[in-house]
This record gives sequence, C-alpha cells and structure tokens, in this order.
Amino acid sequence: MSDVGKSVIRVDAYDKATGRAKYTDDLCERNALIAKVVRSTVAHGYVTSIDTSEAEKIPGVVKIVTCFDVPDIKFPTAGHPWSVEEAHQDVADRRLLNRHVRYYGDDVAAVVADNDVAADQAVRAIKVTYDEKPFVLDPLEAMKPGAPVLHKECPDNILKHTTIRLGDYQNAIKEPGLLCVDKWYTIPTVQHCHIENHIAVSHMEGDRIVIESSTQIPHIVRRTVGQALGISWGRIRIIKPYIGGGFGNKQDTLYEPLCAYLCMQVGGRTVKLDIPREDTFVSNRVRHAMKIHLVSWVRKDGTYAARKMELYSNQGGYASHGHSIAAKALGTLPQMYPCPNCEGDAYTVYTNQSAAGAMRGYGIPQAMFAMESHTEDVAERLGVDSLEFRRAHIMPVGYVDNFSKNCNYFDTYNQCFDKAVAYMDYYKKREEYKNQTGPVRKGIGIAAFWYNTAVWPIALEHSSCRMVLNQDGTIQVQVGETEIGQGADTAYAQMAAQVVGLKSYRDVHVVSTQDTDVTPFGLGAYASRQTYVCSFSITRTGGILKKKILDYAAELTRQDIENLDLIDSNIVRTTDGKVLKTLQELATEAFYSLTHSEHITAEATYQIKNNAYSFGCCCAEVEVDIPLCKAKVTKIINVHDCGKLINPALAEAQVHGGMSMGIGFALSEKLMFDPKTGRPLNNNLLDYKLSTFMDHPHLEAQFVENPEPTSPFGTKALGEPPACPVAPAIRNAILNATGVEVDELPMNPHILFRRFTEEGLINDPWRKEES
Amino acid sequence: MFDMSAYYEASSVENAIQLRLEHPDADIIAGGSDVLIQMREGKRAGHKLISIYMLDELRGVSLDEDGTLRIGSLTSFSHITQDPLIQKYIPVLGEAVDMVGGPQIRNIGTIGGNTCNGVTSADSASTLHAYEAVIELTGANGKRLVPIRDFYLKAGKVDIHADEIETAVLIPKESYERTFGYYFKYAMREALDIATTGCSVNVRLSDDKKKFERVRIAYGVAGPVPMRAPSAEAVLTGREISIEAAEEFSRAVLEDINPRDSWRASKALRQHIAVELALRCLKESVRRAGGEL
Repeated sequence: MSDVGKSVIRVDAYDKATGRAKYTDDLCERNALIAKVVRSTVAHGYVTSIDTSEAEKIPGVVKIVTCFDVPDIKFPTAGHPWSVEEAHQDVADRRLLNRHVRYYGDDVAAVVADNDVAADQAVRAIKVTYDEKPFVLDPLEAMKPGAPVLHKECPDNILKHTTIRLGDYQNAIKEPGLLCVDKWYTIPTVQHCHIENHIAVSHMEGDRIVIESSTQIPHIVRRTVGQALGISWGRIRIIKPYIGGGFGNKQDTLYEPLCAYLCMQVGGRTVKLDIPREDTFVSNRVRHAMKIHLVSWVRKDGTYAARKMELYSNQGGYASHGHSIAAKALGTLPQMYPCPNCEGDAYTVYTNQSAAGAMRGYGIPQAMFAMESHTEDVAERLGVDSLEFRRAHIMPVGYVDNFSKNCNYFDTYNQCFDKAVAYMDYYKKREEYKNQTGPVRKGIGIAAFWYNTAVWPIALEHSSCRMVLNQDGTIQVQVGETEIGQGADTAYAQMAAQVVGLKSYRDVHVVSTQDTDVTPFGLGAYASRQTYVCSFSITRTGGILKKKILDYAAELTRQDIENLDLIDSNIVRTTDGKVLKTLQELATEAFYSLTHSEHITAEATYQIKNNAYSFGCCCAEVEVDIPLCKAKVTKIINVHDCGKLINPALAEAQVHGGMSMGIGFALSEKLMFDPKTGRPLNNNLLDYKLSTFMDHPHLEAQFVENPEPTSPFGTKALGEPPACPVAPAIRNAILNATGVEVDELPMNPHILFRRFTEEGLINDPWRKEES
Repeated sequence: MFDMSAYYEASSVENAIQLRLEHPDADIIAGGSDVLIQMREGKRAGHKLISIYMLDELRGVSLDEDGTLRIGSLTSFSHITQDPLIQKYIPVLGEAVDMVGGPQIRNIGTIGGNTCNGVTSADSASTLHAYEAVIELTGANGKRLVPIRDFYLKAGKVDIHADEIETAVLIPKESYERTFGYYFKYAMREALDIATTGCSVNVRLSDDKKKFERVRIAYGVAGPVPMRAPSAEAVLTGREISIEAAEEFSRAVLEDINPRDSWRASKALRQHIAVELALRCLKESVRRAGGEL
C-alpha cells in the first residue's frame, strides 16, 4: 500500500505540536557567550573611529571587534550553487564588518559578552563616528549621473542590466490602429517575517568550526563561511536543525560567518548570535522593491502586436541574490502572454537601504502584480471580459521555452480558471457588481501566475540521497534538501516508502537535521524544487536499496531474483504472491548472519537537467468601504497545478501560507525608510503590518493534478507559487468594485485614500478650502 | 534577561507608597506589557522597578454606594470585557479594551497601565474621556481624585505624584446612566494593532428618542493626548435627531481635533477618518439608545 497521494500526518507533527522539536536555540549550551552587533546610524558613509573604552569597562564584556579589526575579505552571500565559471559566480561585496557603511543598520562592530544585558549595555556604550555621505533610496534616482556611489566597482550603481529583444518592437508599434496601454506599477519593500529570527551558534573542535544555524541551505553556508573567513571549506561543519520558517531570507548566508569569526576570537568558546526582530527586518534580507513599466500595443481583436517591460529592482546596499530576481521577473514578459515583438530591460540597482535577496516567489510576485494588473487594464480598455481575454492570449498548450526547454504540456490555465470560476460563481458576481453606487461596494477579480521549477540550465544542481536499512526493516533516509516547515521530510518519507516497498511512510525515518559532515550533498530549500529534485534522488537510491535487499533475499530464499519483489515490507514471490520473509526477518539476518553479514545501504546522486512550469490562478472577492479607504477580502481561492500531490493536506497548508503572505503583500505590508535619514521606520511587528488571522477569510486551496512527465512522481513546484497571484487578484477585485485602478502596493488606506480622492470617490470639502 | 537594576514587589498599597518614597527613581510595573518592552528597547534599561502586580485588592469592578462604577487599576482588559457590571452599565468600555493587541496582551495588560502610560492611542482612553472618568490616586496623604482630562498632562506624561499609585478608574453614575456608547478603532489591520484614530461617542436621548439630550465624543490619536470634541458636542445638545444634524456634528469635530502628519498617517487621512468615525459612532450610539438615524 502506498502512502503517496494521501494526507498522512506529517512526520514532525507530534514533536512540533508538543514543543519537543529542537531548534537552534534549544541546542545551544546554556553558558554560551552572547554576541551582539553594533549597527550604523547613518545610511551612507565611512566609519572614521570607534571608541570602545566605555564598553570595555562593563562587567561581563569579553571581546569587542570592530570593522578595523576584521580581515579585508569580500564574500558572496547568495544561496546559489557555486559556479566554477568566474563569470557566473555571485557578486562578492560583503565583509564581516564594514568601514564603508551602505545602509542604516549596517554592521560596524560586534560585542561578545557573558550575557545579554552586558552585551546590550556594551553596544549602547560604543561610540562610532562617521564621515557621512549623501545617500539614495530610490533605484531610478540611484541610476542618475552624480548619484552617491555605493560600491566603487559599480560606479553607476547598476549591479546588472539584462535585456530581452524579440522580433522588432520599434517596427511593430507602427502598425496602424493599435491601442497603446502604457502604465507603471510600484511594488514596495517587504520582509519575510518568519517566526524564528535568524540565529547562529558557533564553537570550535580542534581547528574546525562547528556552526548550528537557522538556515535553509547548510551545504551552501559551509562554502560561504569558508570564503568569508578565508579558510579551507572542510574545516567548517554546519548543522541545520528544525527551523521556524525561512521564506528565502535564510536562503542566504546571514550571520554565520560573523558568528564563526567571533567564536575564533574567543578561543573557540561557544558564541551565540541571535538576531533581534528589529534587526531581522533591516539587516537580513528583504524582497526587492520594484518599479515596473509596461507598454502594450494591442490590436482590436485583442492580440498583442508588441510589448515592452522596463523593470527597476531595488537591490539595497549589498548584492545578495542580485540580478537573478529581476531577471526571473523579466522572463514573464515573452512567456506568459507570448508576443512576437518584445523589448525588455531589467535593471538591478544598488541603493542605501536593506539588502534584498530571495523571498518566496523570487521576483514573480512583483512581476505578477504588474503583469496581471496590466492584463486587466488592457482588457478594460478593449472593453472585453478580462478572464476571456486571458484565456485567449495566455501561454498556449505545447508552448516550449527555448532556454529552459520547459513545456506547457496541459491546458492548465483553463482548468485552473474553471475551478476558480465554479467556486467563486465568478461570472454571476462579475455581472452583479457592475455599476454599483454607495459607500460600500463589492468586487471580484482574478489573476493567473507563471512560475518555473528548479534552476537548470543556469546551474547544474544535483540531489544526493542515502538510505540505511535498520535491523527491524525500517530505514533511515538522508538528503541535503531541508525541512523548513513546509513538510518536506514527510513527502520524502512517503516517496521513499513507495520506492523501496515499505508498508508505511512511518517505516522511514527521515533524518531531519542536515549536518555537512554526514549529510549527502544537496543545495537546500529554494526555488520550490525540493520535492521535485528529491523525487529523482529518492527514486534512484531507493531502487538501489531495493535491489540490494532483493539480492540478499534471493540468496536467503534460493529463488530467482526475477521472481522476487519487496511489497509492504515483505519479500514476495511474484509468481504466486507468497510472502517468503518479512523485511524485518531479512534485515536482522543480514546484520547478524554467521555466513553473510552485511549492512545494506545505498547512496546515489541525480543531476537535475530538467525543469518544470508550475501554473495556476487566484480569484478574490472584496468589499471596499470607500469612506474608510479599506478593502477587505471576503472570499478567496487559489488553484494550482503542481502536478500530482504527494500529500494533499500538506499541499493545502502550503497554499494557505502563500495566500496569507499574498494578502499581506496586497493590502498592508511595506517596510518604510525615512526619506530624510534613511532610517528604517517600522522595523517591528507592530508597525510593519503583517496580516493576521483576523484579516483573512477562509482560504480555499484547490488543485489540478496534471502529472509532470519529467518527475518520477509527477510532481512539481508548490512552495513559492501560492504567494504569486494573490495581490493582482485583489487589485483587480478592487477595480471591479470601484472602477479605480490601484497600481501601487500595498493597497492600504493611505494609498486608497489618495486614489479615491484622485478619482473623485472621496471629496472632503475642507481639503479644497485648504488648497 | 531584562536590564533592570532592582525589583521591589509591593505587598500592599501602603507598601507600594512606601517603596515609591524610598525609591523615587524607580518605575512602576503592573502587567509589564509596556514597561518590559521599553526596557528591552533600551529606553528604561537599568531602571529599578516597583511591582504592584500582586495587589489583588486593586483588581475587579464594583459599584460604590453612590452608583459610581469602580474599576480597580489592575483589572485586566479581558476581565473588564467579561465583567457583568461593565456589560450592564458601560459595555462600550468592555468592547474598546477588547480591541487592545491580542488575547495574551489583554490578559496581562491593565487599565491602570493603559491610563498611566499617557499615550494618545490607548484603546481605553477615548471612551474614558467620553464618559468623564475620574482617576483615583492613592498616596501618603490618602486618596486624590483627578478628572481624566486633567490627568493627561502631555504625551506620555500624567498627573501622578512621587508618592502615588493609581488605584482605580471611576465612572460617575451621571456619565453612564441612560447613556449608550460606541467605540470605533480605526487601525491598519484587524488585530494586534494600535489605533490610527480611535473615536468614542455616547448619547443620552430624550424619552421619546427624538432628541439628543447630551452627546459626548472623544478621540485617541487626534492630538498628543486623548481629547474631547466640545464644538461637535455642542452642535447636537438638545437637537432633533436627523442626518443633517449628524453630519454637521461630524464635520464640527475638525474645529477641535489636531491630528498631525506622520509616517503612520497623513493629517488629511486622519481628518477624513475622524469625520467618518464621528458619524458612524453617532449612528450606532443612537441605535443602541433606541433611536433612529
């Protein structure tokens, strides 16, 4: 009996629900030294001096290091596979501590003390003086000549500029009778807000450095810590226990190198560096804010003659994942609604704010807000139903992308639309909500999304798996791909049980902790690809293990191996279905046989040279209270085709989380910086308006299960996609309710007040008198 | 670990007063939902604390002989919301404090702390102003009663002497009898938020429910401290209930309030919302009083 496709209880449910599960801080020894970071109080400038004399007098302070003490090594932080080709390596622009500070909150010094209080007191007592320089927060301003330069290697602040040129845009727009829709869409800086802040704990054993870290990518962090400290990579051991979410922020090297460096400065004693929430907002990573300019030239029949996208991505002070995000976002232009003449330009620009990195969707939530708002706007101007317009022009079945070789095998988009329409009663409501008057109005909107799994051919990743048979016929499974709350371990257990032929996924013990000393190499949690890539390595390794078990069974039972199978943890003779031995009996024999004892294990690697699209849509209904400038989501559904589901309940939970993030992204979240000083204004969970349970209606998740032909389990991406279509669906619903196009996120009261006033829905007479 | 240099646990109100006199530089801590956060942020780092949290005599709601509603200063928000006397005489206060933070904060946070903080955004503050609450302080020389509008001196500063602790919040019978109120918390999300603007209105209608006998309105976050809007109140006193009168009332609040531009909200948005909330709170108060608007 296979557990694949069933909503079995997740393997870590009991430990997590009862509080037994161990996270980094739970593993930290109680007398660990406490490290804290001193942060810059200017947005741009040079540290000229640091006075630590007062801080050193504070009882309990063990060590203070400043930007003048650390080695001058620049390192990359992005959680990408390393490239052996220099041209494809991540930009190395970080140092452990910085003399040249590039955002308000940059790391300038660090304190190690016996306890929290002494460390905090020391941080407050350290006096830093700066040679302050002008700063710039907006990417378009940062591109202008004469703007402050953040990195001398990059004098125009443009980290990278890539283009798409398809057909002949300039000639195509000359076609007579074309409708031109030319609009800008603005997406703010947001943060992941995972529940567990980033934390690292480091100690030394011999000349080796051990780091427990809340990370998504232990094997990558091993490499980057080595690069940052300038020491051999094998001297570093990263241990990744359970983590309280990451959403891409922890797909980056954060404070592991600094924690390790501080540990080395205090003789290898255990040092804990636990980043407070306020610093997590500012000094970890954020999602790239973007300004996206879309120009569409449309014929009367709705076909696109030519399209242009200009995308300006706010990188913040350091490169992190850099241009990869903007480049992926730009990729939607020619693909989602194919058009023969496309001109695309994406710029990733350094500015003096928090560094942007990976965040759930990797550029696609931003691109979808622009693209699907724009699609609505084009349909509106053509006077056609926007859903029919989508159906007519969205990526057709059979489309193959030349670069990734991804293929749209099924009529996924229409199947997803149909499910959303049925659940929401879309067409009826669309009709009903026409021509409303009055202060409170309802609206319904839809948005599709485009997403692709894995990174081939940009990088060749591989996934490795190890399986070990126990005496009782259960197995351990290890992979480098990490459990970060999404339920990956459970999916691995379900797949492994099926491949090997075990009775239940409960007979598989997935070793949840990755330890770079013992865990097979794998790149970790990113790009919504773990279930997909592990489906290959688990299938390959499970096949080897099963073959070894059957070899042993053939020897024990003197049967032809061709007539044996492992079914439900039994050795079965296939010719008559007779159970010859249980796997437990075989395993015990194998361990302790007097004639042939053997530890049956398997290990294999699979190179991922495939890639898969993952598509779907969101449909949202809103109630807009115009005088209160508030939009409330009253009903919402996401429909996904992520291939065959390994565990429907976990898949649903994944979608719920993404929808929740999407609602916050749409309506309330924005990390703000003071235009006068560059200081972050709302870097705490009160003032940063992460949406709460009370801000959500029931979140409906449905699926279309077209089997992905490249995966042995027919599965593909679901981690990030749920966050991608929500904001434009809500935006289009607000448009449906009020007739107002809101082209800036978040659609909170501040922006709705401005837009409703501009459009005459709000008319405060006293404001006219003032102006 | 919190950076506090001393912690004194008061065993009685008298003992708390004594501790206040002995340690004039110490801060008072009750539930701690503000003090500990500020301590963590470094604002009160190294301070001494006098805890009054164990003083159960300051907990609970009761009715004085003259009908005054007495709310012990340590009564938690969740207990206020659940209290039968509150539900009977001033349900709007129970509703208002039920909008503070989340359930955990409402279990630990006290009305005494909410008022002594002196912040304009406190969810209890506008309703207490609109009901002309009286703050009872107990010091070395006994009790002192201060009308709430005089208690708030400026942002973050209240009229509490060096030997005093707040022991109760009193609602005079004259304020709550035949009076029906409604509080609207306008915030950026539905939970775990502070008010962008909070508005509390209460009305007393004529016996035939056709006229306003008395209308009171107060705001949080419309100025540095919570405030009444007397010009607006005057518009409706003795007036027939009508939508025109209600709109005139709501417009008139702009003569009284003084919201400012900040990154949290623009002055224009705050003014717009203040007018809208006045109207909505008035409508709901009238409805609760049995009238029609």
